[in-house]
Amino acid sequence: MSMSKVIGIGAAPKRKEDLRFVTGRGNYVADIKRPGMVFGAFLRSPHAHARLEAIDVTAARAMAGVVAIYTGEDLKADNVGGLPVGWGIHGKDGNPMKEPPHPPIAHGKVRHVGDAVAFVVADSVEQARSAAEVIEVQYEILPAVVSVVEALQAGAPAVYDDIPDNLCCDWELGDAAAVEAAFADAAHVASIELVNNRLIGNPMEPRAAIGEYDFASGQHTLWTTSQFPHVVRFLMGEFVLHIPQHKLRVVAPDVGGGFGVKQFHYAEEAVVTWAAAKLGRPVKWVCERSEGFLSDAHGRDHFTEADLALDESGKFLGLRVRTLANMGGYLSTFGPNIPTNLYAPLLSGVYRMPAIHCSVKVVFTNTVPVDAYRGAGRPEATFVLERLVDVAAIEMGIDKRAIRRRNMIPTEAYPYQTPVIVEYDSGDPIGCLDRAEKLADVDGFEQRRLESARRGKHRGLGLSTYVEACGLAPSRLAGSLGARGGLYESATVRVHPTGAVTVLIGTHNHGQGHETTFAQIVSDRLGVPFEDIDIVCGDTAKVQFGMGTYGSRSLVVGGAALSKAADKVILKGRKIAAHQLEADLGDIVFEAGEFSVAGTDRKKKFTEIAGAAYVPFDYPLETLEPGLEEQAYYDPVNFTYPGGAHFAEVEIDPDTGTVTLERYTAVDDVGTIINPMIVEGQLQGGIAQGVGQALFEHAVYDESSGQLLSGSFMDYCMPRADNFPAIVVAPHSTTCTHTPMGVKGCGECGTIGSPAAVINAVVDALQPLGITHVDMPATPNRIWNIIRNSRAALAAE
Amino acid sequence: MKSFGYLKPETTVAAATLLAEHDDARILAGGMTLLPTMKQGLAAPAAIIDLSAVAALREMQWEEGALVVGAMARHYDVASSALVRAHIPALASLAGQIGDPQVRHRGTIGGSVANNDPAADYPAAILALDATVVTTTRTVAADDFFVDMFETALEPGEIITGFRIPVPEMAAYAKFRSPASRYALVGVFVARTAGKVRVAVTGAASSVFRALDIEAALQERFDPDALNRVSMDPSRLNSDIHADRGYRANLVMVMARRAVAAALQNAGQGATKGQ
Repeated sequence: MSMSKVIGIGAAPKRKEDLRFVTGRGNYVADIKRPGMVFGAFLRSPHAHARLEAIDVTAARAMAGVVAIYTGEDLKADNVGGLPVGWGIHGKDGNPMKEPPHPPIAHGKVRHVGDAVAFVVADSVEQARSAAEVIEVQYEILPAVVSVVEALQAGAPAVYDDIPDNLCCDWELGDAAAVEAAFADAAHVASIELVNNRLIGNPMEPRAAIGEYDFASGQHTLWTTSQFPHVVRFLMGEFVLHIPQHKLRVVAPDVGGGFGVKQFHYAEEAVVTWAAAKLGRPVKWVCERSEGFLSDAHGRDHFTEADLALDESGKFLGLRVRTLANMGGYLSTFGPNIPTNLYAPLLSGVYRMPAIHCSVKVVFTNTVPVDAYRGAGRPEATFVLERLVDVAAIEMGIDKRAIRRRNMIPTEAYPYQTPVIVEYDSGDPIGCLDRAEKLADVDGFEQRRLESARRGKHRGLGLSTYVEACGLAPSRLAGSLGARGGLYESATVRVHPTGAVTVLIGTHNHGQGHETTFAQIVSDRLGVPFEDIDIVCGDTAKVQFGMGTYGSRSLVVGGAALSKAADKVILKGRKIAAHQLEADLGDIVFEAGEFSVAGTDRKKKFTEIAGAAYVPFDYPLETLEPGLEEQAYYDPVNFTYPGGAHFAEVEIDPDTGTVTLERYTAVDDVGTIINPMIVEGQLQGGIAQGVGQALFEHAVYDESSGQLLSGSFMDYCMPRADNFPAIVVAPHSTTCTHTPMGVKGCGECGTIGSPAAVINAVVDALQPLGITHVDMPATPNRIWNIIRNSRAALAAE
Repeated sequence: MKSFGYLKPETTVAAATLLAEHDDARILAGGMTLLPTMKQGLAAPAAIIDLSAVAALREMQWEEGALVVGAMARHYDVASSALVRAHIPALASLAGQIGDPQVRHRGTIGGSVANNDPAADYPAAILALDATVVTTTRTVAADDFFVDMFETALEPGEIITGFRIPVPEMAAYAKFRSPASRYALVGVFVARTAGKVRVAVTGAASSVFRALDIEAALQERFDPDALNRVSMDPSRLNSDIHADRGYRANLVMVMARRAVAAALQNAGQGATKGQ
């Protein structure tokens, strides 16, 4: 059919996976039907905090079609364990964090609205839901606490009876004494108090899970909407259900978006797997959208006070940050790691910051558990720093770009060791800013501002720089920070006798275009036509091992493993070619899909060598095994540090408080780019999510009842296409010095840079009114109130 | 969703008869509210009576200074109707702003008015234009029709068949959407008909209402600036996570000014076209 050709690194082919997605032929968990399958529904707590006094399932069990009903007590009686935490942190006193049990179905107490109380299995999902409605639960309703600030106050309701102060961990990083000394010498101290608003990820495909048990083989299978099936196999098999790893298969087929929401081991996965074994029938659960609002892990939710010390010229001397981070009612898989290890080490940004101290109180509340959401800790750090820099610039009367340039790490100063663990290998923040201000036409802004003013509108320009640590993660370093598992990646390159290639890789593709990007890497390295390469992921029965996809790690860590495996294939191919061409191995070069003897025209095609590997008639059998399949594991030597400069330009209608994003320009250093179209898409999507946080999205809990007020798309505002101008994205890359291809990753860049850029623009627009900070989301009501109050204050002066 | 009976009459009389015969039956017009509530388990009627086959209810015609619009006219029908655009362009414009294309091709004017959602757009037009609601048993003046949140003057067994809408001299609708749901956070419909100004506000309170202070100011002088000294009392307005009372009161005034400006501009364009 189509012409087979090599499509290598730097090309922008259309995505291989899109044909099946756009023609409705994807295979999602909800599409999967198993013989004899029954359907599950969870009864979830309507109360934020209550003691479970009694659960009567008699009437429900008698309903038509009901197969079984399970409560937390049933799971407990069957020795089902709690959901484990994958990262254990220690407090400043050296003590480990408080780690209360997290039963898959609550017993004793419920700790947030949506906490699972019972699981009903029936012949149809409608029957299961109808039966769930008639389960009688006696709750002793307890006072609830939802905000981090209130949870720490004396007398606040205790989420756990044995943790009366709701404090999971009082954590710190940095040199407090050095910071105090810096502040003592400061010519100016800029301070800020801010909220990083709670978000709900809302991937397009809701979560789903199917459990199945095969008595003949003793094999359990879980199909789940997961970003990391091997990790689910380990966590669920080892800690929750006590199923040996070789008897548990976890499959994550096509998954419709993750954003972090699907990188945790969830209770529902364990419950369907356990129930399937109990019943001897496959059990399917598909989350409803409104149920997802109450059971998908949420993101962000910080309260922060921060101070920046500067000398009289505006040079940064020190940074002091105090953050309260909401964990919700239970610790989710990576919960405590996000506002600590993925937050504080990023506080130096792209600047020389001589001293940093960050303390974080990690707090329990009666809300849905909080965990990683695209960016995970790094957008929060960027928001604190970049807002604070703007406040300092305003207060000291220094231009906002000039104060940044004055403090940026010059490209020749890399590698650069920050005072907070991380060492940046490469970067060019000044180059990114130079390029971004040209593309954003910063010089023309004043003209545009005047034009807006003529129409009675306030126009503002906002800048944010950022750096992120991605490519999670060097295992040894992660282990020293509390990781309870390695963070390498693996890939197998299986060359078929015809020269076609199947790649088995431990990352997971759920919208990022891995089937395309990874195929380009193989096509580039082996000279195999792009169409002749398939990428397989997401099935523990097929793929050797893997840590999955999150933290912008797939290309950086998975791609490196793939690159190493391809190198091994080339080496073996050279050995075969040396034999066939009767030359020394050292004289065999591989280039453009051909093995040749250097300096001669004697050569073998890749397909010929692949054929010889499987039909070894003319083959060095004495020294080399037949076959051409190689596997590699790669453990990164450092994080990678993408970074960049983003400009947002907004217009505000003072009559209604509406903020309109008029222009957005992003210049990012993502290292080597494999597929520029995919990178641009990743940045645009990330920026849209960050703008969503800045202007629209907010998970709001009622302070007294603990009810989620923004529990549907009617009240939780997702960004929409008409909220955006054309986003200008341009690369300004430096090469990563320690990844095999020089890549840095790009999945989270947009989400990390954009919230501060947008809010800085909003504040810039309102600066004439004396406003120096606006909390997210900058909704019309909030902005109108701020304008009204500041006008009243100005009038009173 | 629970199972239910499904009935599809072809005439209004047959529909009314079925409604009388079945306990706990609900009329299905466009289903834009009823079906989601049934799916959420918030409504579980024993039967639904689908009016979509009653062809007569979808007609629109011009009668003696008024538009007569059938209850089953879809939002798209009203938005794209040459008749409506010629006589009450503000009504066509309002219909074209409801929901999204899918909603506009399913939702109906009768369904919207009968449901009286506090954030629905049509009730503002019906009230400001002083329309008459025609039902299977009687006619009801708009002023008497909208009672409270999701509550109207409709009696059990009564079905809206259409609306008689007097053609105004000038009219316009200005809506500020909720960023999340895109429903009207506040919508203001301003109309001057036979010299008389009526202003209806939706989205802001438990039900659509007439803003009498605004009407009085505009009656004196139909100009946005006539509203500079008028303010909206926030005390009876809705307050929620998207808009507090004070903000809603401000939006009513801002949208009223914008509607008046638009009405004047539309009328000016009409005059220019007429010359």
